[in-house]
Amino acid sequence: MIDKVFPDIGAAIAAVTDGATVMIGGFGGAGQPAELIDALIEHGARDLTIVNNNAGNGETGLAALLKAGRVRKIICSFPRQVDSQVFDDLYRAGKIELELVPQGNLAERIRAAGAGVGGFYTPTGYGTDLAKGKETRMLNGRMYVFETPIHADVALIKAEAGDRWGNLTYRKTARNFGPIMAMAAKITVASVHEVVPLGKLDPEAIVTPGIFVQRVVKVPRSATGPAGFNRAA
Amino acid sequence: MAYAKLTRDQMAIRVARDIPEGAYVNLGIGLPTLVANHLPRNREVFLHSENGLLGMGPAPAAGEEDYDLINAGKQPVTLLPGGAYFHHADSFAMMRGGHLDICVLGAFQVSRAGDLANWHTGAPDAIPAVGGAMDLAIGAKKTFVMMEHLTKSGASKIVDACTYPLTGIACVSRIYTDLAVIDVTPQGLAVIEAVAGLSFEELQRLTGVTLRA
Repeated sequence: MIDKVFPDIGAAIAAVTDGATVMIGGFGGAGQPAELIDALIEHGARDLTIVNNNAGNGETGLAALLKAGRVRKIICSFPRQVDSQVFDDLYRAGKIELELVPQGNLAERIRAAGAGVGGFYTPTGYGTDLAKGKETRMLNGRMYVFETPIHADVALIKAEAGDRWGNLTYRKTARNFGPIMAMAAKITVASVHEVVPLGKLDPEAIVTPGIFVQRVVKVPRSATGPAGFNRAA
Repeated sequence: MAYAKLTRDQMAIRVARDIPEGAYVNLGIGLPTLVANHLPRNREVFLHSENGLLGMGPAPAAGEEDYDLINAGKQPVTLLPGGAYFHHADSFAMMRGGHLDICVLGAFQVSRAGDLANWHTGAPDAIPAVGGAMDLAIGAKKTFVMMEHLTKSGASKIVDACTYPLTGIACVSRIYTDLAVIDVTPQGLAVIEAVAGLSFEELQRLTGVTLRA
């Protein structure tokens, strides 16, 4: 019998090795798998490359992982926020490498990895500092930039409900990067608030089919807190 | 002749006038967010949020906040009946794929050719953050910019060439400022209207870049 549900969160996270590339779901606080990140800190893997939209909020979750000195490099679109002080200090001290990626390119590079696409041409970023040094090409009279996939060793994502085959549903905008990160990693660990029997999730409503998920961990439901209000532009 | 600059809300009211029923619209962080407050209730407009939301509704009542339901500024919002959630790659496909009709963005500078600078001051000690700005700038059918006409020191934010790092090239369709509405056209910057009492000559003097009446 296939059962991807791990009773022990530490065992589920043990897949992360030193030097690994780890995708972490979430947009600010929504969809950030706080319990999996805490387990990763406990686990102790270091020299990590992290892929996330942001670079941590406050002192918990991803910010705590950064503060623990475990992250060598972060690939993200929006590190600077009102509560990104942990990242800000590390960055200014030269203790963390930043690869800044326009958010849609970040999403599509992750999706490309999961879909087996070797790269793609995108108009986003053409002519800007973030496309410097990249291959460009005119297609149908418009200029495009070549972007490559981002693969990960492990993805840590937060879902709402799952079953023992790893099928997942999400909650509201906490979905964000979860479905595409699940596709792009060799091992995807999903936290869920509810583990249901096979057949209980409506097959028409499953967002991530279990083929993209290797490990499911049940965590208690707790209300998502505010994080990362942006300064006005 | 005396003239008064538009307030932030008056600017938002002016932009809202140009958003028709049925439009799929993304409102950027900051000033553009105000536009949502001025869309008439009887006009159905689909608001998109980059983090995976179409049919975005107003802020929830105090005590009703759900931080799994937020906007691009990570503030709690609501979902209208008929609204939908989707993942990030789909959300940005809506932009890049040209499915959005209008996006409204703030800006540091816009050039006469419609180049946009709004993501980074380029200051050496500033931590860069781009978010969805570059995707939005080039993705929507029309990109509206909403900004004060002048900097605090009185310099025009409409320029010959942007001095701040670019967000996108030749991507701005129309500029709404607290002094005027200006279209970016292949023939140059065309003034659609100016605030009451502001002559074309005075607007031209303040702007620096050549305008067409």
